[in-house]
Amino acid sequence: MLYREAGDFKTSYRDDSQTFPLKLDRMGYWVTLAVAFGVIPFVITDYWANAVLVPFLIYAIAALGLNILVGYGGQVSLGTGGFMAVGAYATYKLSTAFPEISLLIHILLAGGITAAVGVFFGLPSLRIKGFYLAVATLAAQFFLVWLFNKVPWFYNYSASGQITAPERTFMGYVISGPATSASAKYLVCLVFAVGLAWVARNLTRGTAGRKWMAIRDMDIAAEIIGVNPLTAKMSAFAVSSFFIGVAGALLFSIYLGAAEASETFGINKSFLVLFMVIIGGLGSIFGSFAGAAFLVVLPVFLKNVLVGALGWPTDLAAHLELMIVGALIVFFLIVEPHGLAQLWRLTKEKLRLWPFPH
Amino acid sequence: MDQLLYASEVLVNGLMTGVMYSLVALGFVLIFKASGVFNYAQGVLALFAALTLVGIQQGQVPFAHLINAITGSHISSFGWTVPSLLAILLTALVMVGLAILIETLVLKHLVGQEPIIMFMATIGLAYFLEGLGDIMWGADVKTLDVGLPQGISETAEAWTAALTGYGFFIDRLDIWATVIAALLVAALVAFSQYTKQGRAMRAVADDHQAALSVGISLRFIWVMVWSIAGFVALVAGIMWGTKSGVQFSLSLIALKALPVLMLGGFTSIPGAIVGGLIIGVGEKLFEFYVGPLVGGATEAWFAYVLALIFLVFRPQGLFGERIIERV
Repeated sequence: MLYREAGDFKTSYRDDSQTFPLKLDRMGYWVTLAVAFGVIPFVITDYWANAVLVPFLIYAIAALGLNILVGYGGQVSLGTGGFMAVGAYATYKLSTAFPEISLLIHILLAGGITAAVGVFFGLPSLRIKGFYLAVATLAAQFFLVWLFNKVPWFYNYSASGQITAPERTFMGYVISGPATSASAKYLVCLVFAVGLAWVARNLTRGTAGRKWMAIRDMDIAAEIIGVNPLTAKMSAFAVSSFFIGVAGALLFSIYLGAAEASETFGINKSFLVLFMVIIGGLGSIFGSFAGAAFLVVLPVFLKNVLVGALGWPTDLAAHLELMIVGALIVFFLIVEPHGLAQLWRLTKEKLRLWPFPH
Repeated sequence: MDQLLYASEVLVNGLMTGVMYSLVALGFVLIFKASGVFNYAQGVLALFAALTLVGIQQGQVPFAHLINAITGSHISSFGWTVPSLLAILLTALVMVGLAILIETLVLKHLVGQEPIIMFMATIGLAYFLEGLGDIMWGADVKTLDVGLPQGISETAEAWTAALTGYGFFIDRLDIWATVIAALLVAALVAFSQYTKQGRAMRAVADDHQAALSVGISLRFIWVMVWSIAGFVALVAGIMWGTKSGVQFSLSLIALKALPVLMLGGFTSIPGAIVGGLIIGVGEKLFEFYVGPLVGGATEAWFAYVLALIFLVFRPQGLFGERIIERV
């Protein structure tokens, strides 16, 4: 009875086109934000931050980025791992070269650098499409990882070939390095995730998003009605890579603290983020968060159940996890190609009509 | 002069590696031609086939690890070994069974979906099969030996030594792989050109609906194509498994077969062969000449970059059908 448009009168166009037209949705949004900013930082433990919340927020940013490219722009990319590596290594180089500038600015700059790299590797998308393009982006994945492994300048000639996050502070709080508290890690990632989700939402419902969707649905037709494929495709690659670069930078500097290109940013990372986007829902902001949450929580959950409760060996649990993830992907594609976001949409639709069937 | 001889040795070995890539790429082309599905799981099929072959050969109990974990028992093996030829036949049967399962559980439900959705479904399938293979037969590295000769070929060495004064190092396994690949391609071409089922397969590839309307069973053809692809995967799995052991990295050769396909064109069997040879030779020569200058291991990306640059100029590949787009 509560979940209705009835009685919620819109008196301006602004009200009419807002993101959450229903009052309960708006309240839910503000309550979620209030809990995320006002409650969780004070009660968060190291385990929850490291196992669930921080990776969730970081992968949500990456999934948002990939969703802009795949879900809105229609350009399939398997180079996510490589672009995350660009973000991570750019942050590392910037923050060791200019230690006096805040790490948060470096992370944004790293996103910008990744955007430039992304546009470069996105150029072939003007000529090739579909899975030809997906395979072509593998070139970015393998080349970038190889580059960061083979050119010592990128890891400051360290003996191990690893990059290690230096200790940096923001307004007196340690936000990077081994001494970072759980709540600091969480808050930094949260600020980026919320900010970027807001940007993504407003970009995708504006001119840019409409152009991307036109290109996605049929690029020749879009070109005929006056969408410039060059700017549309390149901007999709740029924005997407910016998000992915920021996610890579956060993954390295805030979450892991150390990284090695082929270990941390291998092809599996690309597939992981792609699966988040598919399971969450192509072309949906909520879906990016839902998919990331699902694939971050699932291994933790399976591990707790299989290893913790049933006492199975960890390798067996890992293989079973592969099977479950694979089966779920096929299942989602068969039952609901639009992912968790579509299920959520259907639930809301049902709720609005409840208790009537139609 | 020496440099040139070394380079030609690299060239010959590159050709042999290329044949191995082509073997995997063939499976892709078959499925793509008949159903328009870009089957990412082909590499994992090869891994799964090789794992099953080793498991049957050595009489392992399937799911032993899982059964032990649940019941606390310690079973691992039936205690017999199966002769290679019989094991290969049994594995081929398993691959046919797998093809039927894939068709009924996955493909049937995805008819008419966009190609990219099908592609992602096969990625999911690849993950599933990878986990299944590991749970069924264990994840440890296994050696596969079905009696194929290995090691340096003295004949080739003596022959090249007599010809040029420098004996080439050529693995006997690679020579065998080349012969088998040639036979396989010949058999496949003969099958699709001269048999009833082969014609039906080409009809399905041409137009699903038209094929259905003249009474060709789409489902039977798909099961058949996936079985053949499973058989090709078995051959590729035997070759690669003998060469470098049966392990997870075997499934990654699928990623190497992708640029091969892009070069050759997705729909062309000769394209898969030629593409494989170009990539095999290209990456070996590039590593030989340029690798030392930039720190080596260029094989990791050379194939993709080559395919990428090539596609920018010829988006349908060497032998692919011309892409025509209409609004």
